[in-house]
Amino acid sequence: MSQIHVTTKINGDETEFLCEPEDTLLDVLRDRLGLTGTKEGCGTGDCGACSVAVDGRLVCSCLMLGAEAEGREVATIEGMAKGDQLHPLQRKFIEMAALQCGICTPGILVAAQSLLERNPDPSEEEVRYWLAGNLCRCTGYDKIIRAVMETAADMRRAS
Amino acid sequence: MRYEAPLSVEDAVAALAGQPGAHVLAGGTDLLVKLRSEMIEPEVIVDIKRIDGMKDIRAEEGGWRIGAAVSGAEMSEHEALVADWPGVVEAAGLIGSTQVQGRATLAGNLCNASPAADSVPAMVAAGAVARIVGPNGSRDLAVIDVPQGPGKTALEPGEFIASILLPARGQQSGDAYLRFIPRTEMDIAVVGCGVSLSLDSENRVSAARVSLGAVGPKVMLVEEAAEALKRRVLDEAALDDLAAACSKAATPIDDKRGTVDFRRHVAGVLARRAAVIAATRAKGENA
Repeated sequence: MSQIHVTTKINGDETEFLCEPEDTLLDVLRDRLGLTGTKEGCGTGDCGACSVAVDGRLVCSCLMLGAEAEGREVATIEGMAKGDQLHPLQRKFIEMAALQCGICTPGILVAAQSLLERNPDPSEEEVRYWLAGNLCRCTGYDKIIRAVMETAADMRRAS
Repeated sequence: MRYEAPLSVEDAVAALAGQPGAHVLAGGTDLLVKLRSEMIEPEVIVDIKRIDGMKDIRAEEGGWRIGAAVSGAEMSEHEALVADWPGVVEAAGLIGSTQVQGRATLAGNLCNASPAADSVPAMVAAGAVARIVGPNGSRDLAVIDVPQGPGKTALEPGEFIASILLPARGQQSGDAYLRFIPRTEMDIAVVGCGVSLSLDSENRVSAARVSLGAVGPKVMLVEEAAEALKRRVLDEAALDDLAAACSKAATPIDDKRGTVDFRRHVAGVLARRAAVIAATRAKGENA
């Protein structure tokens, strides 16, 4: 089987990779590019652990083929902190202990970032609906929702 | 398996020609799940997203033509489309999570041919028409005629849907789609109901289309329900007749998500509520 050569941009960096036609973007990120921050949960688009942004649009990387990334811009959790400087969401999640086992956390952070880029002042209901596709089996969600709301408030004050 | 991403309809048709094991990829939210579970093992996947026009929402003769690769999120962000067909956009918006909305399409929801597909009853109520392309050129087929049963469509080998047309409709028109699920979000319709109607100057129903999903092997257009509304103001008596017609028309099965009796009842309840929302919108008010 011939591999497909894909040129894409990941977290701002020009990236090339070879993949099998059936490889998902998640397979490519984790197994070919070593970007293991993006997690595999269900593999069927139900849990959101594999959330990434493609051309600024939040998607499940398990529901997209690697080959589809040709010419696109992919943003993963690895691009969220700027060097040693954590994103405000990351800092707030640590401060408020909005995670336990942590496997859902990268997906939730990427999804929450996508929400705050579109809506800097979301209601609790909007946060809950936006994150409805990100399952967490540890926290009961309350701390996550509060951390996102507080980050939004901090970012509004800072801007 | 091969992956092809043609740049034109002609090249896509050529890539699909004579390939019984070919599958079309738009949003992929159904296709990749089937691939992973090995429900399908395609020889070739033809990604139609790079074809010109597939990502476009275009005004056409007073209606809207929606390319086969337009996602639910893109529809929800299109203010003029939302203003004209709020029910269709909301129905598409009920499919899956934010992440799924970033990819899932009307055409894909239609071609997946689930009896419980949320966008399909709304499109049927809207009188939507699918533009199908294939080896014999292009043809238009009403959305109601696309699903032929669970997982089966009227598409011939080598054909795919290129776009969906939501037709023009007159002033004082509105639509709505409601579904029943046991949760608040992220679930599959137990019953779905779409209503599109127009009102005359005295707020009597001048035209109506009522559809039901998840209460039969495929979406149904309930002519008796539309007749129950026509030339009437939407008072309690008219809504009772609408609900009765929908409950009668429903042919659901018993399963873990709902019984026959429950689904018949809910079909009527949703029709009443959707009709009220559609009429409110037809009057230019928010609902």
